[in-house]
Amino acid sequence: MTGFAYHGPLGLAAGAVLACAVVTLWRRDLRAIVSVLALQGIALGATAAVLAAHSRDIGLGITAALVLAAKGFIIPALLRRVVRRDPGSRETAPLVNVPASLLAAAVLIVVSYLASGKVTALAPGTASGLAPIGVATVLIGFFMLSTRRKAVSQIVGLLLIDNGVALATFLLTGGVPLLVEFGTSLDVLLVVVVLRVLATTMRARFGPFDLDQLRELHD
Amino acid sequence: MLIYAVLAVPLAAGMAAAVLPWWRLAGWAAAAANGAVLVLGIALAAEATHRRLPVVAGGVLRADALSAFMVVVIGAIAFLASVQSVRYLGAETGRGACTARHAVLYTTLIQAFVSCMLLAVLAANLGVTWVAVEATTIATTFLVGHRRTDGALEASWKYLVICSVGIALAFLGTVLVYFAALHAGGHAAGSLDWTSLMAGARRLNPGVVRLAMGLLVLGYGTKAGLAPMHSWLPDAHSQAPAPVSALMSGVLLTVAFYALLRFKAIADGALGPGYPRALLVVAGLASLGVAASLLLTQKDYKRMLAYHSIEHMGLIALGAAAGSSLAIAAVLLHILGHGLAKGVLFLASGEILLAEGTSEIEKVPALLSRRPVLGGIFGFGLVALLGLPPFSLFVSELNMVRAEFTAGLGWAAAIALVCMAVIFAAVMAHGRHLLLGEAAPQGQREAAPRIVAVPLITGLLACAFLGVSAWPLEPLLHAAARVVAS
Repeated sequence: MTGFAYHGPLGLAAGAVLACAVVTLWRRDLRAIVSVLALQGIALGATAAVLAAHSRDIGLGITAALVLAAKGFIIPALLRRVVRRDPGSRETAPLVNVPASLLAAAVLIVVSYLASGKVTALAPGTASGLAPIGVATVLIGFFMLSTRRKAVSQIVGLLLIDNGVALATFLLTGGVPLLVEFGTSLDVLLVVVVLRVLATTMRARFGPFDLDQLRELHD
Repeated sequence: MLIYAVLAVPLAAGMAAAVLPWWRLAGWAAAAANGAVLVLGIALAAEATHRRLPVVAGGVLRADALSAFMVVVIGAIAFLASVQSVRYLGAETGRGACTARHAVLYTTLIQAFVSCMLLAVLAANLGVTWVAVEATTIATTFLVGHRRTDGALEASWKYLVICSVGIALAFLGTVLVYFAALHAGGHAAGSLDWTSLMAGARRLNPGVVRLAMGLLVLGYGTKAGLAPMHSWLPDAHSQAPAPVSALMSGVLLTVAFYALLRFKAIADGALGPGYPRALLVVAGLASLGVAASLLLTQKDYKRMLAYHSIEHMGLIALGAAAGSSLAIAAVLLHILGHGLAKGVLFLASGEILLAEGTSEIEKVPALLSRRPVLGGIFGFGLVALLGLPPFSLFVSELNMVRAEFTAGLGWAAAIALVCMAVIFAAVMAHGRHLLLGEAAPQGQREAAPRIVAVPLITGLLACAFLGVSAWPLEPLLHAAARVVAS
């Protein structure tokens, strides 16, 4: 594969992962947020696929297919079923409003470039040069998790963190051994399944609720 | 062979529990399987100590003295907890709070949980260890919520979200170590293996390992209940059924810490001991501070025990920071002693909750006169946990403090001792009310059968025995400490 045909798509796919993370902060409609998350999963799978094609690594190719299936389709489908039960559900009052959230995202992206300087310096190259994008996605996920109050938004925040870690993994190492990759994908899938069950149970018990209404336990 | 058996026996019991229609039988089968893990763990430990070589199986599993020691800890506490689980399930189904299906699910999940912990300590590959630790979170979430009250639901949500975030950070740290190993001239396939990482530790890029170690301490520290990511712990440990709390507090925390010990050894090789030590001292002292300040005003005895676990994890982190062979041996003895004592106390607290119907300290006075057996166990358990002789926690705390002074961490040990003094006073005050207090005249509720006390007293006796004489463990502790000591 020629240099251009590798660098271009790789940057595009990795950049799309970050763009999706920012858009999840911008949208309030939970259904739209879940769709953006699906797009992000597809972009993540595409990143792994481009890397696999470039390095002719079959293991990474299998990983790409696995990621595409789990994060692009299965997990969003699971979340869509939670959202569908709650029509018109929106993140109405996040702890930090949308414009401020977008500003924070910009700051977090700068921070992640500063923080990953040492890492990218160890192996200069297109792929590892893009690794800060993964870190930025992790930080945006953190931000989402700590400022949004709907159960689904928190699950999405968790998945942003996870996608960011996965992106950094692909870009830096070309994928972890297949056994580990398989285990991590299975774990993520199970976490979402369990969170979905919990969210549904809480919805059934408390009605439409924000997570900060949970105040049974405190000191 | 032995390694496969250690993993297969509890897993088989879990699968049997899933299909057997009799939950009581399945519960006893699970208890027997976990007892077998203890026995197999001792055999594994004998082999690993004797041959001075790790037992390996199939390239995926590996048991050195440290892994074998952890198998013994897991087996011992899982055995106590699963014996008590049968009683918990009996009581819950008896009052109609739990259907037979839920009882079956409970036993299956407990066995999955125990198997995941065993896999975490027996994996040769640190990536697999990560997968197993994350899997323990998933298995325990439903167990935390098993009582299906509002509080239990809230606790399981917080538990799963916070621990998943923490463990995701630990994965990023693991990946960075892998990245450093890839660029240090190792081969890709084997570079997350403990042996190859340790062999090449000196060649790892220090800048990358520094970042990785920070993420690992934060990430695995979340699962180990170290501040600042400890906030899930008091909720989850207080809401979970008592045997689950015993397992989570007694072993799950230290299984996560085990992963940290392994990575610390690698970071020591790459960076020298200074930086990992600083991280662990900060985490340890912060945990001690949190525990001391929140124990003072605690109103709930299960939460009191949970905060007490944060204190002990802080002490363990400080001991590991000292890092010498003596310090690690003391840390490991503390892991076992704390596991036994905390396990027994949580199980006893479950009995108290069952008998009194409340977990508020205020409403449960004078246990010693009203329920002498249960009160006595609780009292001796508290004495053990506070680090008084003859229990093993006294010996291990003494040795950890000594090692800290030798390592130049005397100032940290001094701060720790102040926090421990505050905690001692706070727990004594709560304990005095619980055990002695002023008993209000009230109708006697169903008393626990005496037989229930047998596993609890056994656990306490084991803890006291190890305090008086550590001879059966001594060679194992030293062999295990050599694996990761700096």
